[in-house]
Amino acid sequence: MDITLLSSEIFIAILGLLTLVLGLALPKKAKDLVGIIAVWGLIFILIEAIFSFGIEASLFNGVYMIDSYGSFFKILFIISAILVIMSAADYLVRFENRKTEFYSFMIFALLGMVIMAAANELITLYIGLELMAVSFYILTAYLLNDELSAEAGLKYLILGAVSSAILLFGISLVYAISGTTVISEIILNISLQPLLVAGIILLIAGFAFKISLIPFHMWAPDIYQGAPTPVTAFLAVASKAAAFAAMLRVFVIGLPIASFDWNFILAILAAITMIVGNLVALKQTNVKRMLAYSSIAQAGYILVGLIAFNVYGLKGVLFYSMLYVFSNIGAFAVATSVEVVAGSTDIKAFNSLGKRSPFMAAIMTVCLLSLAGIPPLAGFVGKFYLFAGVIQAGYLWLAFIGLIMSMISVYYYLNVAKAMYIGESQDVTPIIPSFSAQLALWTCLAATILIGVYPAPLTNLVQSAVTLFL
Amino acid sequence: MFAFALENAWLIALLPFIAFAVIGLFLHKWPKISAYFSIFAISVSFVFAAIIGGRVFFTGEAVNYEVAVRWISMPGLQVDMGLLVDGLTAVMLIVVTLVALLVQIYSIGYMDKDPGFASYYAYQSIFAGAMLGLVLANNFGQIFVFWELVGLASYLLIGFWFGRNSAKEAAKKAFITNRVGDFGFLLGILFLQIIFGTLNFSGLAGEIANYANTGLLIVISLLLLAGPIGKSAQFPLHVWLPDAMEGPTPVSALIHAATMVAAGVYLIARALFIFSATPETMLVIAVVGGFTALFAATIAIVQNDIKRILAYSTLSQLGYMVMAMGIGAMTAGMFHLMTHAFFKALLFLGAGAVIYAMHEEQDIWKMGNLSKSLPITTWTFVIGALALSGIPPLSGFWSKDEILLGAFAGGYTGLYVLGTLVAFITAFYMFRLIFVAFFGNNQGGANAVEPPRVMTIPLVVLAFMAVVAGFVGSPLMDYRFADLVTYAGAVHYEASWLVMIVSSLVAIAGIFLAWLIYQKKAISAENIRSRFSGIYKLLYNKYYIDELYQWLIKVFVDGTAKLLFWIDIYIVNGFINALASLASKSGRLLSYAENGQVQTYAAYMFAGIIIILAAVLFGGLAILL
Repeated sequence: MDITLLSSEIFIAILGLLTLVLGLALPKKAKDLVGIIAVWGLIFILIEAIFSFGIEASLFNGVYMIDSYGSFFKILFIISAILVIMSAADYLVRFENRKTEFYSFMIFALLGMVIMAAANELITLYIGLELMAVSFYILTAYLLNDELSAEAGLKYLILGAVSSAILLFGISLVYAISGTTVISEIILNISLQPLLVAGIILLIAGFAFKISLIPFHMWAPDIYQGAPTPVTAFLAVASKAAAFAAMLRVFVIGLPIASFDWNFILAILAAITMIVGNLVALKQTNVKRMLAYSSIAQAGYILVGLIAFNVYGLKGVLFYSMLYVFSNIGAFAVATSVEVVAGSTDIKAFNSLGKRSPFMAAIMTVCLLSLAGIPPLAGFVGKFYLFAGVIQAGYLWLAFIGLIMSMISVYYYLNVAKAMYIGESQDVTPIIPSFSAQLALWTCLAATILIGVYPAPLTNLVQSAVTLFL
Repeated sequence: MFAFALENAWLIALLPFIAFAVIGLFLHKWPKISAYFSIFAISVSFVFAAIIGGRVFFTGEAVNYEVAVRWISMPGLQVDMGLLVDGLTAVMLIVVTLVALLVQIYSIGYMDKDPGFASYYAYQSIFAGAMLGLVLANNFGQIFVFWELVGLASYLLIGFWFGRNSAKEAAKKAFITNRVGDFGFLLGILFLQIIFGTLNFSGLAGEIANYANTGLLIVISLLLLAGPIGKSAQFPLHVWLPDAMEGPTPVSALIHAATMVAAGVYLIARALFIFSATPETMLVIAVVGGFTALFAATIAIVQNDIKRILAYSTLSQLGYMVMAMGIGAMTAGMFHLMTHAFFKALLFLGAGAVIYAMHEEQDIWKMGNLSKSLPITTWTFVIGALALSGIPPLSGFWSKDEILLGAFAGGYTGLYVLGTLVAFITAFYMFRLIFVAFFGNNQGGANAVEPPRVMTIPLVVLAFMAVVAGFVGSPLMDYRFADLVTYAGAVHYEASWLVMIVSSLVAIAGIFLAWLIYQKKAISAENIRSRFSGIYKLLYNKYYIDELYQWLIKVFVDGTAKLLFWIDIYIVNGFINALASLASKSGRLLSYAENGQVQTYAAYMFAGIIIILAAVLFGGLAILL
């Protein structure tokens, strides 16, 4: 076995440990160095991952796959981690003397995600998922003196444990029937029987928790609101993408439609998720909570691509996951900067942001409009792929619900824009985010516009990533 | 060097866009730097264009370079972003970059101290960039994108002094009138996509032949024609152009010469393979063009505002070009577009210099004897007017002659006579303007001071171009223009001495008549005016077209609007409000489920699993295979 195939995973693990040790070893004054090392290390790993894109290999007797699909998500996760860490620069003051461990936990969560996307075996997948989840339990409660944060961490721990149990139960049922946990071999050994149906539904429930499909979503708003904002961004974007990555591999390769029509169950879940997520988002007065419901609704859109179960839909899932990184982290990064100054993420805190920082207000607007699917921004193209795919698959009604709900979503997204540009505020001192946060914001803005205006390169990348399923 | 310029032709359009973005994002706090940056960008574009165009025109070598990248790709729809550089593009690139460059240099003087100096340059850049993107496009989809950007930029610049109500109104008028044309244009493009499955010019050219003379193609071509009629201000969508002079004068020069109205004519030339497949459409084009030419020229006779006279002159000359397209003389039309761009830019910038020197005075009767105080402006303006009147050997003579020749030799006698008549009127109204404003006995302009050199140098350069630009299409250079800017199956007529002599004579006659009336005062203008007071009034009020539109809008648009308003308020709104309150009520209701209790959340999860399981295993056997 060629150990270099696993170099990204190994480097990520080393980087995580390195930041942990450096945090202890370095004198207090030099601790800022750790963040710089973390970002540069991740950039290095990102470059390495980009260059090794396209390598195909199967490791440990098919338990762990190196393929374009996994690499695509690996790149996605690393980009999210970099953007989140960079945009969090101003926020870290709140972590007092625990700044350096923050990087380690982010990087360990990242490692878990990378494993989830590449695992071709259910137990390995589960281990990756737990690594990610445990890191997130800690990160969620990272504001020790903040009651909301502590409460969120505890809630996430309890509910996460419940969902892990559900997922494990599902895995064990599938194993009981098929006699294997290697995903690509499951299909060879199963026949339709109630036990399998139960297993599949439990698997769906387990993943649905992570991607916050209704009715498995209840944790999300409380935890998104309570967690430190950068953590929320990472949770909403990367952990969801990781769950989607694993779910696609399990359901498309391991349990394809031919075994059992789980498609319809997901269609119902997606419909409910899109409808309820968007409707409840209408009533939120806190931007973080609004973004939480919006991200629930977004998960419904992305799921539509899996339901389509054709090239367009699956491409749409990957495409949307990628643009979702930029648009959502952009929005969260602005929320982070506002929270640092205003101390809250209530919609009122965004009043007259258009005057205080025209740059951030513009980015927030662009990112939210992209999430709403307004052309020529990235979100429009992504939704186009998803809905085109599902219409092709014959689920016209689902596309219809998606479109209506996208329309409704414009309202709550623009509500924020309204506050930023029309809302009055006593405090009109300019807000200037730190350099690294500005850099992250610029990246999100550029990518959101660029992917929308010229989607071809990402389309091609996604095309080669989904060849796995063809 | 040529190959390098050709392969990087996309930079020609991109650089002004970059200038727009950089000024808008970073430089806008430093007006002067913004201006220099914008000028730098357009000069580099000009250098590229000049390398490509210079090589093409001096060697006479045809060029045909096309590259494309896929922009949108989905089943049933492929849209490219591509570049097409051929003789036609090369001409346009030179014209647009040169005029835009000179206008931007000139604006340093003209717009000096304007509070919006930096944004002025940002708009100038996007205007030039959009036009350059348009002429470089290799398909209709891309053309439409830049077509709309041109419209947007013109809106911003016409309404640049948005503090003035008239400027605001003019900008809106230009934009809305253009929307009418663009609507048809877009429909035409969609038809092309649906029927032929491609928007690429060369792709379409192969397919069109199978549809020649079909009713479908007539519909498509007429729809496409709506775009140029709006953008090139042809009757009946011409109303916006005279008002568009509310923008700063250099902007008028740009709009009238290079970046806006030229787009329509260019599009007809580029898509001539579609139009020429249906003789009916060609006839429509020829008649619309000819009518506009005469119609606008007659209005120009009686206007008193220096810019307004030039604006109607542009309308008339555009009519000329469109007419040329309609009679199949595409080469002549493009030739005239090029020469016209130079002398019309010259005339407008000259008018701007006069207005600058006269402190915002635009009425020609309040000027007079400017030749004493503004020698450079005067003589360059006279050169421009001579070129416009078609006096040999200035550029306008050669191009106008080509159009008249096309009509004459092509058997369109009626249009030939009309064209010659317009040539006479043109010479007359231009020299009416010159004799009154620059030489008249009025002393209104005696104390004016010549504008700074940054404004007069562009005038001299353009005057030079107005003199020599015609030679590329003249027998002196072997009709090289005709070989390069042409299309398959174009016919070239042998030069006719008769046409040349007649057109020169009528131009001289027009000038002579103007001299008699306004300089020599041998014939009293007052007398003529009172004798033909009805016609004078009709012309002075521009045939009451604006009033007619106003009335039509009042009756039809406002009437429909009232009806729709009623429907909207009582039916649609009621329905939507009901839906909205339903959405928000259910939103609130659903958010009650969220009570913060972990055990509730877990209960929901298990309930979900149990319901799904039960539904699948007991109730919904249908879902199983």
